[in-house]
Amino acid sequence: MTYRMIAAAALAGSTIFASQAGAVEIEYWQYVYDTRVKAMDQLIASFQEANPDITVKQVTFPYADYQTRIVAANMAGQAPDVMQLFYGWADKFIEGGLIQPLPEEAFPTAEIEAEFFPIVSAMQRDGKYYGLPTAVRSLALFYNKKLLDEAGVAPPTNLDELVAVAKATAKADAGGNLETVGITMDPAGQDHHWWREVLDRQMGGAPYNEDYTQVTYADEAGANALGFYLGLARDEKVTQLGFMDEGQAAFKAGRAALTIDGTFRLGSFGEITDFEWAVTELPANAAGERSNYASYFANAIGAKTEGEELEASIKFLQYVSSPEAMKIWLEVVGELPARRSAALTDENLANPIYAPFLKGLEYAHTTRFVDEAGQRQVAIDMINRVMLEDQPIPDALAEAAAAEQKIIDDAAK
Amino acid sequence: MTAETHEQPGRRGLTLARRQALWAWAFLALPVVFYVLIRFYPTAQAFWLSLTDWDLMSKPEFIGLENYRQMLADPVFWKVFKNTFLYLIIGTPLSLLMSFAIAYYLDKTRFLHGFLRALYFVPYITTAAAMAWVWRWFYQPAPTGLINDLLGSFGFAQIPFLKSTTWALPSILVTAIWAGLGFQIIIFLAGLRAIPTTYYEAARIDGLGEGAILRRITLPLLKPTMVFLVVFSSIGFLRIFDQVYNMTSNDPGGPLNSTKPLVLMIYQTAFSSYDMGYAAAQTVVLFTILLIVSLLQLWVMRDRA
Repeated sequence: MTYRMIAAAALAGSTIFASQAGAVEIEYWQYVYDTRVKAMDQLIASFQEANPDITVKQVTFPYADYQTRIVAANMAGQAPDVMQLFYGWADKFIEGGLIQPLPEEAFPTAEIEAEFFPIVSAMQRDGKYYGLPTAVRSLALFYNKKLLDEAGVAPPTNLDELVAVAKATAKADAGGNLETVGITMDPAGQDHHWWREVLDRQMGGAPYNEDYTQVTYADEAGANALGFYLGLARDEKVTQLGFMDEGQAAFKAGRAALTIDGTFRLGSFGEITDFEWAVTELPANAAGERSNYASYFANAIGAKTEGEELEASIKFLQYVSSPEAMKIWLEVVGELPARRSAALTDENLANPIYAPFLKGLEYAHTTRFVDEAGQRQVAIDMINRVMLEDQPIPDALAEAAAAEQKIIDDAAK
Repeated sequence: MTAETHEQPGRRGLTLARRQALWAWAFLALPVVFYVLIRFYPTAQAFWLSLTDWDLMSKPEFIGLENYRQMLADPVFWKVFKNTFLYLIIGTPLSLLMSFAIAYYLDKTRFLHGFLRALYFVPYITTAAAMAWVWRWFYQPAPTGLINDLLGSFGFAQIPFLKSTTWALPSILVTAIWAGLGFQIIIFLAGLRAIPTTYYEAARIDGLGEGAILRRITLPLLKPTMVFLVVFSSIGFLRIFDQVYNMTSNDPGGPLNSTKPLVLMIYQTAFSSYDMGYAAAQTVVLFTILLIVSLLQLWVMRDRA
């Protein structure tokens, strides 16, 4: 009898204790990407260990309808407490009342600006930060060591060498059909960034004005940049538009010597067993100038989160943007830490794979997209008009600039 | 008094027939309510939304016919409009002709009949995404792409297929026809089997040739089947989406909108630009087209008897 009573009392006591401690559950949303989900599982586990009264529930959706889910959930009052969003969605999410500014006490602006890479400023509006990334991504040139060795060439360091290496490694069959491309051409992948933020600047131009409200690539530099890019297929014949559908697929199949891709591809390329590959910085121009495109997914707090959920969310966001979380993210996902101190360690800088991406971060630009998909489509259509319909390059640029300017202007309304 | 006791129509003064009807309605009420709520209500709502500027995040505001004005002035809309009808005009007759021919001869084969029928049906039950990916590789330039590789080995010129503004739409259409063929064949087979064999026996005794039997007996008696398939496949081609989306996923509806059907445009307007009002206006147009095409076909193929 006594034993039972004690047990009952203990049980009752423990329930009371748990509710007193305010066991709170928050929801975290991100899109499905195997390594990212795994990394987040690890982060949640160690966060919960340190904060036993908080439970974090991870919810994932396919990338294709991730944004729609957030917007729809917000309408239904079911929005996540903490969510991952692409920096380019920030305007839409802030205007739509989906996310709230990070509280200054928990995330001091001065500390953010001292600690993080400057590209996080793309999450800042009117002096307030609306989210912070765990990791950032930049571009680099991947090369297939086997194909380069066979051709007896070294990885390119500038654009002229890039063309030479591509020429040496491209292989065609007897009918002149490309079996292996020197470099992939996949505008829908990362190439449109390469053209916009890298090649255009290297040709002496600027794709946009300072605050990204004016499209400025429809000039001679833009034409030279586009001419160089399309020339790889049209004049040099070292590549083919959409070869094997996706650049990464061609590279993975060992049928492309070079491809430009981001840190996020490291995990997928890590599965390659048929050949060795390596990474080098994006090639410089003749004057040695380099550029890069950096981007990131930030974590932000839902606009409707309040009370103890808000407190828990702040704690969680602090943890996922801590150096410890960044280290785990780098190991599991392969994306670079968003804090300088966590990224620019001697160990990382000595890593032959991370180093080129980290160097790229130093001179990277972050396009302020207002509609990433729409603006990317403008670039794809521009390239298709030249490649499929023989539209002269300056006309294609002018048409693209007008279309993109309209997207930017419409978004500002 | 006597009359009342004599009739005694059961509880609450209902006849048996009425009671049965009441029961039927009681059971039907659930699906009716369900349909009204999740079909008719959203449809009506779409008409209203098409007159607003709703963007999912803020309250919809009435803007009159502005969305329709924007649509009529949008060259992409007209391109997409034309594409949608190309899918319909080429797709429906071609797929019906092929499926009828196959069903007609399959009906006459006994050898491996079941196996062949299954073979034709397999594409219909295969996921559109998986199929689209296989076809994407078929359509690649040589030496990756099977078709171009074959063309090349016979000395023919290469066809750019999905990388061309002229070839992309037919290339996708072929896969859509191929995917839907199995279903149409099965329906045609069922229609052919439903024709009493006595008609054929009588015709043969009277000395009619196979061609005449086909024209005079088979085709007229297949009319209900054909009406069903024409309407069904027309609606299918007017609403084509998965094949296009999956085969052009890097540049949906491309290159340069040459393959984009109306449904894909609606999808992009709604779920990538979040311009729900404009998307609703496009939906209303699609709804109207579907309605007109279906009514027109029913009228053309109506029984003149």
